[in-house]
Amino acid sequence: MAITTFDFEKPLLELEQKLAEAEQAEPRDDAMLAQLREELERRQREIYSQLSPWQRVLVARHQDRPHSLDYVKAMMTDFIEIHGDRAFGDDQAMVCGFATFRGRPLAVVAQQKGRDTKENLMRNWGMSHPEGYRKALRVMRLAEKFRLPIVVFIDTPGAFPGIGAEERGQAEAIARNIRDMFTIEVPIICVVVGEGASGGALGVGVGDTILMLENSWYCVISPEGCAAILWKDRGQAERAAEQLKLTPPDLMELGIIDEIIPEPLGGAHKRPEDTYANVAAALERWMAQLTAVPVDELIERRYQKYRSMGRFVDTTVDTDAETL
Amino acid sequence: MSRTILRPEVTSVAWFKKEKYSTLKPPQMRDRIPEGLLTKCDNCYTALMTKDLEENLRVCPKCGYHHRLPARERLALMTDPGSFREMFTNIQPTDALHFVDSKEYPERLKAARKCGFDEAVITGEATINGRRVAYGQMIFEFVGGSMGSVVGERITRLIEHATANQLPCVVVAASGGARMQEGILSLMQMAKTSGALARHAARRLPYLVILTDPSTAGVMASYASLGDVCIAEPGALIGFAGPRVIQQTINQILPKGFQRSEFVRDHGFVDIVVPRKDLKRTVALLLYYMTGQPDESMRAAVAEARVTEAPAHEPTGAVTAEA
Repeated sequence: MAITTFDFEKPLLELEQKLAEAEQAEPRDDAMLAQLREELERRQREIYSQLSPWQRVLVARHQDRPHSLDYVKAMMTDFIEIHGDRAFGDDQAMVCGFATFRGRPLAVVAQQKGRDTKENLMRNWGMSHPEGYRKALRVMRLAEKFRLPIVVFIDTPGAFPGIGAEERGQAEAIARNIRDMFTIEVPIICVVVGEGASGGALGVGVGDTILMLENSWYCVISPEGCAAILWKDRGQAERAAEQLKLTPPDLMELGIIDEIIPEPLGGAHKRPEDTYANVAAALERWMAQLTAVPVDELIERRYQKYRSMGRFVDTTVDTDAETL
Repeated sequence: MSRTILRPEVTSVAWFKKEKYSTLKPPQMRDRIPEGLLTKCDNCYTALMTKDLEENLRVCPKCGYHHRLPARERLALMTDPGSFREMFTNIQPTDALHFVDSKEYPERLKAARKCGFDEAVITGEATINGRRVAYGQMIFEFVGGSMGSVVGERITRLIEHATANQLPCVVVAASGGARMQEGILSLMQMAKTSGALARHAARRLPYLVILTDPSTAGVMASYASLGDVCIAEPGALIGFAGPRVIQQTINQILPKGFQRSEFVRDHGFVDIVVPRKDLKRTVALLLYYMTGQPDESMRAAVAEARVTEAPAHEPTGAVTAEA
């Protein structure tokens, strides 16, 4: 059975049970119910306001967490899916197409995980092959041709590491996407809704605005991958998560993302409707801002945005800086 | 006569105990070969004179295996002697994440510096047969050639320098990928460098990549894959995911030669596999084709060819016609 309650949520479980009992009880003790509800919310707030990086990773992977297409369905209408890269095949881990958002057409690129084993087999657990990245670029070029803004939903544990993926040029597909996304002359908004693992995420992740949900993560490598390399032990993932600075507040601090979209108490899956509303509001706001920017400026700003990323000492400028 | 006198005395009751013999050292042999005189080929295990191997650019004369070339020898191989002028050394690493694995990150960097380089890339201007180029070379000896903020920034500045000065850009890749100790900052170097390349390409300037062993992961999924021509040395490991990760993920034996230069070429992602001794000439020739300008080594030959051909094509152009 899938785990739907985490260890750190155990104290809540007990309260939830008590609350359920109190709701069933005859006669109803309204004062007690109110007290229990208050207590539950207080504890929830307490736990969720101080999630460790690893706990956030767990929430980002929660069984019931909304996936990219859930957002498309909830926020947009008349979605038309565009299949295939016109070269090799159709990658179901990368869903692309056109949709209407608040009365305006746009292009959608969505990394999609499955909800059960059957769907996960089809979606390859959200891990794309090269044809997925090539399809995404093809649809983004279409969007550019018809002057449609692009919304990218990022949720992947990584680009697929397999024989076929290597044979068909996984590295080349990602590299080309990264480079060409700098030249696409329409606004690109990326939203990390779950996991943003490495080149697999960045391969569709170059944009004018990068948004992240409160309990998502984005990093150069998954905590498990990092632990396997540094300590030869995937079990040390928690330790790796602490070190990697992969949470939205960390990334905000490092100048990588533009906004953190709040999630309902207990995570996006507790009240999905609220989550969709928060994402839609942020999207609408940024979309209005970006569509007003002239194309040349948009491209220049996009370049400068990434140009400024990185931390180093420039000894000609910081003459008294201590170099390592 | 079967006597047992010559057999070692059996004192223990263990029947299967291995009989003990002592091996005598052959007299003086070991002392006669000075340390480092011989090197075994990593591929065919032939004992080679180290001097011969080095003079042969560390390519095994018996089997042609390309051993990894130390960074200084690589620089001497690719560029004209003494022509390399290093730039952007003012860009130095910092510990933005306060990362600790088995060592603290600053300690790791300090230890890495023992290889004689201050980061995993050198960048600057050099000449190749007299032609000015922006030249970058990754240093595998420095933390596995991993790309962090400094590598990304130096490569980006190199490309921008090439774009601003209308120079071709030549980059030698040798890297295991992005540097974990700088987390997301390392990942974003893939975007920064690729963005700079888009601008370089828009000016119709040549960008050549030489893929050496190994060229994988973050570097391969950004600027190392984006060459107008991607040249690889024979037998280099080239790919996105490492073979160990792939094996663990799919639980299958990997095909023979998987992710090696020739395999990657046969699947269409490397343009040419070039033996080490021909690398510089190949780069020079490609730069001639891409710029239309012959370099020092070809000027005489090109001029001669054009003179002998001239009668057939007269008048050859505006300049001749006016003259």
